Amino acid sequence: MNMNSPVYILWLRQVKKYFRSRSRIVGALGQPTLFLIALGFGFGPVFAKAGGGNYLEFLVPGIIALSILFTATFSGIEVIWDRQFGFLKETLVAPVNRTKIMLGRTLGGATVAVVQGLIVMLISLLLGFQFNVLMLPVAVVFMFLLGLLFTALGTAIASLMEDMQGFQLIINFLIMPLFFLSNALFPVDNLPGPLAAVTQLNPLSYGVDGMRGALTGVSQFGLFLDFSVLAVIVIAIMLIGGKLFSKIQA
Amino acid sequence: MKLVKLRNMSEKIIEVKKLKKCFGSLCAVNEVSFSVEKGEIFAFLGPNGAGKSTTIKILTTLLHPTSGEILMNGHDPSKDPDAVRKSFGIIFQDPSLDDDLTAYENLEFHGVLYDVPKEIRKERIEQLLKITELWDRKDNLVKQFSGGMKRRLEIARGLLHHPKIFFLDEPTIGLDPQTRNHIWSYILELNKKEGITVFFTTHYMEEAAKYAGRIAVIDHGKIVAQGTAGDLKKKTKSKTLEDAFIKLTGHGIRDEGASSVERLKSAMRHMGRR
Ligand SMILES: Nc1ncnc2c1ncn2[C@@H]1O[C@H](COP(=O)(O)OP(=O)(O)OP(=O)(O)O)[C@@H](O)[C@H]1O
Ligand SMILES: [Mg+2]
Repeated sequence: MNMNSPVYILWLRQVKKYFRSRSRIVGALGQPTLFLIALGFGFGPVFAKAGGGNYLEFLVPGIIALSILFTATFSGIEVIWDRQFGFLKETLVAPVNRTKIMLGRTLGGATVAVVQGLIVMLISLLLGFQFNVLMLPVAVVFMFLLGLLFTALGTAIASLMEDMQGFQLIINFLIMPLFFLSNALFPVDNLPGPLAAVTQLNPLSYGVDGMRGALTGVSQFGLFLDFSVLAVIVIAIMLIGGKLFSKIQA
Repeated sequence: MKLVKLRNMSEKIIEVKKLKKCFGSLCAVNEVSFSVEKGEIFAFLGPNGAGKSTTIKILTTLLHPTSGEILMNGHDPSKDPDAVRKSFGIIFQDPSLDDDLTAYENLEFHGVLYDVPKEIRKERIEQLLKITELWDRKDNLVKQFSGGMKRRLEIARGLLHHPKIFFLDEPTIGLDPQTRNHIWSYILELNKKEGITVFFTTHYMEEAAKYAGRIAVIDHGKIVAQGTAGDLKKKTKSKTLEDAFIKLTGHGIRDEGASSVERLKSAMRHMGRR
């Protein structure tokens, strides 16, 4: 990438800030690790008894998705911090189309989210997770798509918010439902109708399914459908996010 | 023919007509009109809350006006913000640095965003960090800086690229006199050498008297006087610009010129005090 391009410098800023805040990295890893241990070992025997196979294998892609979901959404929402600390103005008056600014930020957020996802994967290896190494690049593609999707979504929401007041709302009414009403924790083929429908409308499910297909060879929708659905949603949300970001007043 | 020539000689780079910006029922800027000529140093003075920063935010595409007409270097900020953004640089009144980056990184970021070629970027960053006496702290994170150091860094950043217009919103607030002088001489040189128009606000009257060609005084969202420092002094029969400013914006003068409603309000305030 051109080192003198605005998109690159905005990407770089997100990545630098991430690697500089060790507490953020560690903090964001605590929750996924807890989920892996408690759910992975807690439900493992039940899952196996019910004929589901190895639960840890099933669970890991879901937990990777969880950490990407959190990291990316927060990266997007950082727009509000930047607004409160005043730095946002500096980027808003720059002679660069704001869509490019948003693009740079989003690529940065997605990169950080992928790194976070890969660290969760390393932790899961320590807990006994096994996967198809050859398909790792495919899994990374899905991680990146999820990263783009939720950074852009976070940016879109942050562009509409004045301050951090609505933060708790976002966690409770966006992130948590997205996570729990997906295929991250349980198989969705035998769910009651409405719940099945919701999980199938949830874009996170396609990312989880894609990663699961790539890493463990078990996929519900098929990798091609996973990729297509995600790609379309990513483009749509990025366009919306770019539009809303362009309209920010400060 | 002569008229056309005259117009070309005094080209207006900022033109504002009946600009209005209301936040709910409060009109922070209320039908303000003024213009700034290319290469001019223009001071925008007014008490706290007069509407200076709000005006600047509108001119620099950060806020949409409620009504009024604006041309910035020939473009309308609400219709063609990208074109307007190519024409100016700004030093904000409020903090606008990234605390998690180093001083150097903040400048580098700005330089790339404003498309300053790499070689010039390097050279100028060094020069500006030296002028602002931050060169030996260039690799420190900004969060470790004092308030004055942060301000100096913001000034260095604002001067890194050379636009057509500089907006300086209380640029020298909180700085020691030495630094203020250094920075002003740098700005004056840019103004002279590159013909950069300077639009600034300040609460230091001597700064306005010394550097500004023309001054507009704004109070409660309205421009109450415009002209050279000499004009303003003459108009108010004052010896210094500070006296002129106080007469223009102080209670005595304002109440005389105020509308009947405002006079009534002020009368009630006086009664309340008794
Ligand atoms: N976003 C906003 N919402 C509501 N009111 C606002 C907003 N921004 C500014 N104001 C109000 O508009 C008025 C003008 O504010 P402005 O910042 O333009 O003043 P100023 O002339 O720059 O003052 P100072 O010298 O203190 O910087 C003030 O009364 C302020 O409270
Ligand atoms: Mg102000």
